[in-house]
Amino acid sequence: MAWTWFHRLASPPHVYALAARLTPWFAWPAALCIAAGLWGGLVLAPPDYQQGDGFRILYVHAPSAWMSLMVYMTMAIAAAIGLIWRMKVAHAVAASCAPIGASFTFAALVTGALWGEPMWGTYWEWDPRLTSELVLLFLYLGYMGLRAGIEDPQRADRASAVLAIVGVVNVPIIHYSVTWWNSLHQAPSVMRLAKPAMPFVMVAPLLLMLLGFTLLFVALLLTRLRSEVLARERSASWIREVVSA
Amino acid sequence: MPSERLEVENLHLWRGERHVLRGVHFVLGRGACLEVCGANGSGKTTLLRTLCGLIYPEEGRVLWNGENVRRDLPAFHATLAYLGHEPPLKSDLTARENLHYWIGIRRQLVAEDLTAALARVGALPFCERQVRTLSAGQRRRVALAGIALLAVPLWLLDEPATNLDAEGRDLVADLICEQLARGGMVVAAVHQGLPPSVGNVTRLELAA
Amino acid sequence: MSGLESPATRTLAPVPTPLVRGASRARAARSADAIEAARLALLRDLQLAFRKRSQLIQPLAFFAMVTLLFPLAVSPELSRLRELAPGVLWVGALLASLLALEFLFRDDAYDGTLEQYALSGQPLTALMFAKTLAHWLLTGLPLALMAPLAALSLGVAPAALPGIVAAVAVGSVTLSLIGSIGASLTLGIKRSGALLSLLTLPLSLPVLIFGARATQLAIHGAPYLAPLELLGALAILGITLAPLAAAAAVRINLE
Repeated sequence: MAWTWFHRLASPPHVYALAARLTPWFAWPAALCIAAGLWGGLVLAPPDYQQGDGFRILYVHAPSAWMSLMVYMTMAIAAAIGLIWRMKVAHAVAASCAPIGASFTFAALVTGALWGEPMWGTYWEWDPRLTSELVLLFLYLGYMGLRAGIEDPQRADRASAVLAIVGVVNVPIIHYSVTWWNSLHQAPSVMRLAKPAMPFVMVAPLLLMLLGFTLLFVALLLTRLRSEVLARERSASWIREVVSA
Repeated sequence: MPSERLEVENLHLWRGERHVLRGVHFVLGRGACLEVCGANGSGKTTLLRTLCGLIYPEEGRVLWNGENVRRDLPAFHATLAYLGHEPPLKSDLTARENLHYWIGIRRQLVAEDLTAALARVGALPFCERQVRTLSAGQRRRVALAGIALLAVPLWLLDEPATNLDAEGRDLVADLICEQLARGGMVVAAVHQGLPPSVGNVTRLELAA
Repeated sequence: MSGLESPATRTLAPVPTPLVRGASRARAARSADAIEAARLALLRDLQLAFRKRSQLIQPLAFFAMVTLLFPLAVSPELSRLRELAPGVLWVGALLASLLALEFLFRDDAYDGTLEQYALSGQPLTALMFAKTLAHWLLTGLPLALMAPLAALSLGVAPAALPGIVAAVAVGSVTLSLIGSIGASLTLGIKRSGALLSLLTLPLSLPVLIFGARATQLAIHGAPYLAPLELLGALAILGITLAPLAAAAAVRINLE
């Protein structure tokens, strides 16, 4: 009995309809949260005593970086589910996550670079977080490259699932080694913000942005998932019914 | 080998959007041979590889002695020999060395067995040459020696007589007959059918 | 049935004679165990590599070339080269290891022998481990033995050499293991060199970081045990997990 929802989640037509219904429930709150967070962060929060107004880019940088990692984890979990239980929809979810995650990673890198310029006088610093983000970007690109390189779609799904799982195991190792490497060579990075010292008026917009980005991710995922499912099932009969309806 | 049977129930398989295997269904008992016929692209190779367990069917099961092969694939693999389109030989090794490794990985082997098998298929004259110097027919003979050496109950052969002359085709028929006489089973994908010397043959037609 | 019989005179035996006779029939009932199978797989790859010796030398020649490039591109001053040496050695080793991956699995996938491995009834993980061990013996270990020469040419003191050999020897184990995963995943892709590098390099970064650090410490005469132990830990983790992933990837590509 409890498994029927699980089995229905495995059915492409059901997921397609469900995704269509759910998207507005994530898209609108996402817009609201992000708008509120941006207003709180760009307007309401006072300038940082150390960095002035330049720190405000944190309100886009930190959620992007956080999401880039969360999306990779989601992608790996979906890929593992698809691999173990042979669910086509799980593979579709993983495929949909990849470009979204890569975009978040790219955004984190760009905002990190933009932040670096007024702060350190240089667009790029090999600090551990930015370097880890760069490696994560390559992991995403490798995943998407493998998917694109294998012609047979089922094989592409399964091979990239193995890659995603291997990547997830490696991400903490890579992050640890990059942090270790950095600690040997440089003074502690200016980007470190002591959390307890941040007043609520600065933290609240950050949390709102984080929530907003998460909701945005789900909305984007659901939208991409629908296209992914359509493309994969293009010869199935239920597609014709949906299109003609 | 008391009650070995290969049962295939309602196999359905899609390759992308093509419904390649549509409800394949058969039972194969000891001493029986199944001839899988069909035009190019009808799914003969796909069927053989699904029987091996290399490909996972969307629906249906393959049963060996009444048990789903998926439950213990390595044990099932130990009871079968698969010969695909290309003879699985490394071109930089000699025929003898190839068999030494290929069969040795699966079972204990002595030199006399190797020599006997190579003699049986008429490969002794060229068995010490590197495989890259052999013709396609010669390579296939070596591969057939390997299949016979494995001494397993189930043979899955994909167009076994490819590249062989008339004498070679007779050799394939003889080897299959010997396998059936030992109580083994053979599933062979063929273009034009097996020679009539092979008895106890069931035909399975795959439509393209 | 004597071995001198030519095909033309072979006649059809009235009773099928078994190919496995007498005492060896009892042996036939016993299949080879996994360790024996892995040993044979290792020997096969080693024997194959020695038949194609020219292909074996290529990654080592590449490593030597890379080492040569830096003095020409940067400066012939040994003091400057010494600073660069850890980076040069490790980037060279990484790239050379990548080169050798091409023939790890590719040929086997094309001629059907990898398929026979998957159908052998032996654990594919053990066979993949054997293949990766062969790759390391043919690439990583020779690189570790060549590294002292490259290091000396970059102005490194002889006292640092044992540390360098140890670091490259241990680190290249993990490089081979990570490479085996990448090679298995890209089996079906033609001309996958660039994609293979894209997949393998990010995963190899920890090895690069710890290995270069160990080499740097060795060059400066400082104790280098800590990063070497980290390299060892990575190698052990790799030995446990990588053959599993490689076997899974091979099966996926055989589907």
